[in-house]
Amino acid sequence: MPHVSFTRHLQRFFPNLTEGEVPGATVREVIDELERRHPGFASYVVDETGRLRRHVNIFVGDEPIFDRERLGDAVTSDDHVFILQALSGG
Amino acid sequence: MSNQILLGTRKGTIIFDRKADGWKPRPIAHAGLSISYAARDPRDGTIWVAMDHAHWGPKLSRSRDDGASWENLTQIAYPKGARFIEQHLPTPGEDASTRPQSYKEASLLKVWVLAFGGKDQRGTIHAGTLPGGLFTSHDGGDTWELNRPLWNHESRGGDLFVGDATSRNDWGGTPAAMAYGEFVPGIHSIVVDPRDSNHIFVAVSCAGVLETKDGGKTWQGRNRGMLNDYLPNPEAEWGHDPHFVTQCTTQPDYLWQQNHTGVFMSENGAETWKRVSHPEVAVHFGFPIAVDERDGRRAWVVPAKGDDERMAVGGGLFVARTEDGGASWQTFRKGLPQEHAYDVVYRHALDARGDSVCFGSTTGNVYLSDDRGETWCCLGTHFPPVHSVRFA
Repeated sequence: MPHVSFTRHLQRFFPNLTEGEVPGATVREVIDELERRHPGFASYVVDETGRLRRHVNIFVGDEPIFDRERLGDAVTSDDHVFILQALSGG
Repeated sequence: MSNQILLGTRKGTIIFDRKADGWKPRPIAHAGLSISYAARDPRDGTIWVAMDHAHWGPKLSRSRDDGASWENLTQIAYPKGARFIEQHLPTPGEDASTRPQSYKEASLLKVWVLAFGGKDQRGTIHAGTLPGGLFTSHDGGDTWELNRPLWNHESRGGDLFVGDATSRNDWGGTPAAMAYGEFVPGIHSIVVDPRDSNHIFVAVSCAGVLETKDGGKTWQGRNRGMLNDYLPNPEAEWGHDPHFVTQCTTQPDYLWQQNHTGVFMSENGAETWKRVSHPEVAVHFGFPIAVDERDGRRAWVVPAKGDDERMAVGGGLFVARTEDGGASWQTFRKGLPQEHAYDVVYRHALDARGDSVCFGSTTGNVYLSDDRGETWCCLGTHFPPVHSVRFA
């Protein structure tokens, strides 16, 4: 199963969020599983159209995902997925 | 008299309590998060906060124990198929009329304002959003529904859930949306008539004021008498830029509007508006406006030098008050900084309750008057930029 890591800032809203294995063949499926485990989680990462939020990044390995609209990027059991916040603000 | 003030600030929620030795702020709540609006539901005491997460999307938070603990809620969400006609900022050299009409799927950018239903509608809460949605909850905020008659209004192109536009779109974008990278309309004012909870006004930047008398099933524009100095036809039905609209709770036919093009008031429930600006005392441009809950002819504004500078007029901060429906205005400066003041007060950052008036500025200064705005004391000068001020 893909291994998923998170920015620590998400733990402020989901204290039980820990990195680890999350099943899914695409980034969307990984997010859906995280939503099932932590209700409300998806709304922090994607908007109601399913689009990745402007100031959120998801990497598969070293590469940012390509499909920010539908999160259709494939992931394999060997992949490491990072869910991060973009650097912004003041 | 109110004993509590709620501030929504760029860096969190601040609650002031009136103590024997003066107003005292509590430690900041929602630390680090931008709060666009904070208010207390007068029916059940719940404190509501609209959080404007930069990264994680707009969210609501509520406290049912006077701010001791907070509960984050599932976000307000546009239903699938909610579309709007895209607006574009004018581009030099481009003929906008040749640009093909395009549609965009709506997603929530900001919860701009919250309003509470009448005493007969316990659990009913309204939210105004970018991009131009009115959402209503009938279960105390657990679930929210988009008001489709307003979203599908003929002034927005009709029902875009079912197909292409059937009428012209007269709702323009607001520059306040540009912080979110989009040029979309926004609903920042929701007024529920205390005599009839199904009688509601909303104000839209940039379109104008709309009214429903049937609980949101049908809506009509209420902009007669409005003047837009930026349009070829200043009396056009749409295209107005209300900055904030409010209503006298005991004399609800009195409505007040601080607009981009001046101060306006209505004595007949928005059937007609009249401009009551007095530029000779700098009462014209600004963002917030408050009306006395006991006397619909008494109102306050905090004018700004505008619209090119948008800061305190002449480097001195003052509040203007009318007692005669805008026929004349008095300005009050005692207790407010009179040199090197560059404050501007946002649309939700002025409130009045009884003899008390309070406002907060973008430079983090908060001032309170207990004599109807005539003299002021400073509640602090180092707060984050203030987005909203509401007596609780």
